[in-house]
Amino acid sequence: MTVGLFIPCYVDQFYPKVAIATLELLEKQGLQVVYPLNQTCCGQPMANSGFEHLTQGCNNLFIQNFKEVDYIVSPSGSCVLHIKDHLHAEVGKEEAAATHIRKKIYELTEFLTDVVKVENIIARFPHKVGMHQSCHGQRGLKLSQMTELVADPFSKPEKLLRMVEGLELIDLNRKDECCGFGGTFCVTEEAVSAKMGKDRVKDHLEHGAEYITGADMSCLMHLEGILRRQNSKVQVKHIAEILNSYA
Amino acid sequence: MHKTIAEHPTLADKFNQDEERVNWHDETLWWVRAKRDKAAHTLPEWEDLRNLASQIKHNVLSNLSEYLIQFEENALKNGIQVHWAADAQEHNAIVKSILQKHGVTQIVKSKSMLTEECHLNDYLQEEGVEVIDTDLGERIVQLAQEPPSHIVLPCIHKKKEEIGELFHLHLGTPAGNADPQFLTEAARLHLREKFLTRKIALTGVNFAVAETGEFVVCTNEGNADMGAHLADVHIACMGIEKLIPLRQHLGVFLRLLTRSATGQPITTYSSHFKKPRPDQEMHIVLVDNGRSRQLGRKDFRNSLKCIRCGACMNTCPVYRRSGGHSYHNAIAGPIGSILAPNLDMKDYADLPFASTLCGSCSNVCPVKIDIHDQLYKWRQVLVKEGHAPAAKKAAMQGMAFTFSHPAFYRMAGKTGKWFMKTTPFMVNNNFNPWYKQRDMPEPPKESFHDWYKKNRKENGHG
Ligand code: SF4
Repeated sequence: MTVGLFIPCYVDQFYPKVAIATLELLEKQGLQVVYPLNQTCCGQPMANSGFEHLTQGCNNLFIQNFKEVDYIVSPSGSCVLHIKDHLHAEVGKEEAAATHIRKKIYELTEFLTDVVKVENIIARFPHKVGMHQSCHGQRGLKLSQMTELVADPFSKPEKLLRMVEGLELIDLNRKDECCGFGGTFCVTEEAVSAKMGKDRVKDHLEHGAEYITGADMSCLMHLEGILRRQNSKVQVKHIAEILNSYA
Repeated sequence: MHKTIAEHPTLADKFNQDEERVNWHDETLWWVRAKRDKAAHTLPEWEDLRNLASQIKHNVLSNLSEYLIQFEENALKNGIQVHWAADAQEHNAIVKSILQKHGVTQIVKSKSMLTEECHLNDYLQEEGVEVIDTDLGERIVQLAQEPPSHIVLPCIHKKKEEIGELFHLHLGTPAGNADPQFLTEAARLHLREKFLTRKIALTGVNFAVAETGEFVVCTNEGNADMGAHLADVHIACMGIEKLIPLRQHLGVFLRLLTRSATGQPITTYSSHFKKPRPDQEMHIVLVDNGRSRQLGRKDFRNSLKCIRCGACMNTCPVYRRSGGHSYHNAIAGPIGSILAPNLDMKDYADLPFASTLCGSCSNVCPVKIDIHDQLYKWRQVLVKEGHAPAAKKAAMQGMAFTFSHPAFYRMAGKTGKWFMKTTPFMVNNNFNPWYKQRDMPEPPKESFHDWYKKNRKENGHG
């Protein structure tokens, strides 16, 4: 089986390390991974801003890049959710390819737990880590149970993190509160967005986090921006980096 | 009277000037959300109840005209006078005509978000009628000459010291006394006099039962009952979506309503009104005010299932940090943001964007309204209808071009410089809003794309 690696635009530009970790992690599972070189952006920033009608170019490109792989995997829950919910072909005959993509695109941690069915991971990360549950991954892709629902708990990312040697997962007061990134929300609603981010960071700091991790780099980028502004030593690390580390 | 759009960010920014207050507001409402969670988790059948409630409401919305006619017939049989109002103006005029008929210029009113939506208080005040809100929270915001900031907790934005100050000014309590017990007692005495002397009482309606022609009003303070039982005339005002088909459905909704709202098992008073007592007049005003228009919008009709529990506001991380008034609409928060554009797309074009689309609102909603999906859909509608700021539109078009042309994207993105100025999430080509309270990520030496070409040559294709 061939896995197509989808690296969102901002990860490509700012967090190549996360992309490399994702690639290596998948390769370690013995998978054949390809990275289509013509990829750009999933189109989510436009769509969530109300400009879904401008995303056809992105969609066409995405379909061309990924129509031939068996699975598509990405280290960004919200981009995956966007493709799952909104990717459509411009012309009729490509719709079958679009449908295939919508069904076969996975966020990294759900791919590892649900498709690869990873039971152990050789990784070591002897630190106190706080897990930020990104909303689109959690409530959109159902990567973990949502505190609002009366239902049994589970968490795909946490299941993986618990396989990492030496890693101590901390508790949070608000398990799945939004960090306030929200795509263009982070600039159009700057005041609320920054406040939400500060509050999210505080919850982690109060519980002794040395690292904040998560399955969506965009939220982590926002939290990192706040940590740096506060001159905090606490760092963000995408879950792929932790699962791929031997510290 | 058109305001410019993008009001919410400005008002939210203002609210955030006082960070201590934001913390307090956030924590108070989070506490209510936590109580709701606890109450919901004590019922193993909670999710089934939500499904059931959603389906009952689905049936109501699909057959609304029949249920309305059935309700009218039964209410008339019960001796209730039924009025129909197409919009807020008609609603207000009907209320005024009833007051005029009785020569009354002073009324008591229990909580009703519909009358807020219709701006009834302002209207009656201009007509020379004194309206006293008898719900404690509503009375407080009324004294402060502010609209409620929350549909269930109207003065949740006010601290007890501020309430003490208001009572000192208006009710003559000693300055500096902010003891909640004492203030409540003072309000009770103040309101008692109003209850005893007003001839007309107005209430809202939580549920109207088509089968029996009765309606139910839920309060924790018993103020609706006090007003209605003491007055000669009871006027009840309801949005047409408040109907439920059968009395037995109340069992579903009453279990959900307060658990969702405040975490209580049931409201202290769930009062059934079926017919006027001898010598009393009972009126019901059935108000459309845009509801049938929303019913006709396929993507948004489910918003009419709302039973106004306020759970979506309590859980909304944006509402908790921007305050109810930032929504500049009678109904704030997530549900207000999908109801308001139906009333006026231009005035409320900002509201569907006042969300991160985190989805928590849809999860707490006892009638399972797909609130965050509707927020997304409203954004598409509003942009298509031309309500997007020009700068945003230009930025989006630029991004759409860049992302559709990989070579241009890579050139523009070299070492992330272009991204620093116009990253996809940074509209208006303006980098400042991010930088105000956050640092930018450091651009790496090379993009992943370039790394991959160097290190995985064997796979490179394209
Ligand atoms: S939308 Fe749902 S959660 Fe929000 S007030 Fe209405 S019923 Fe309650």
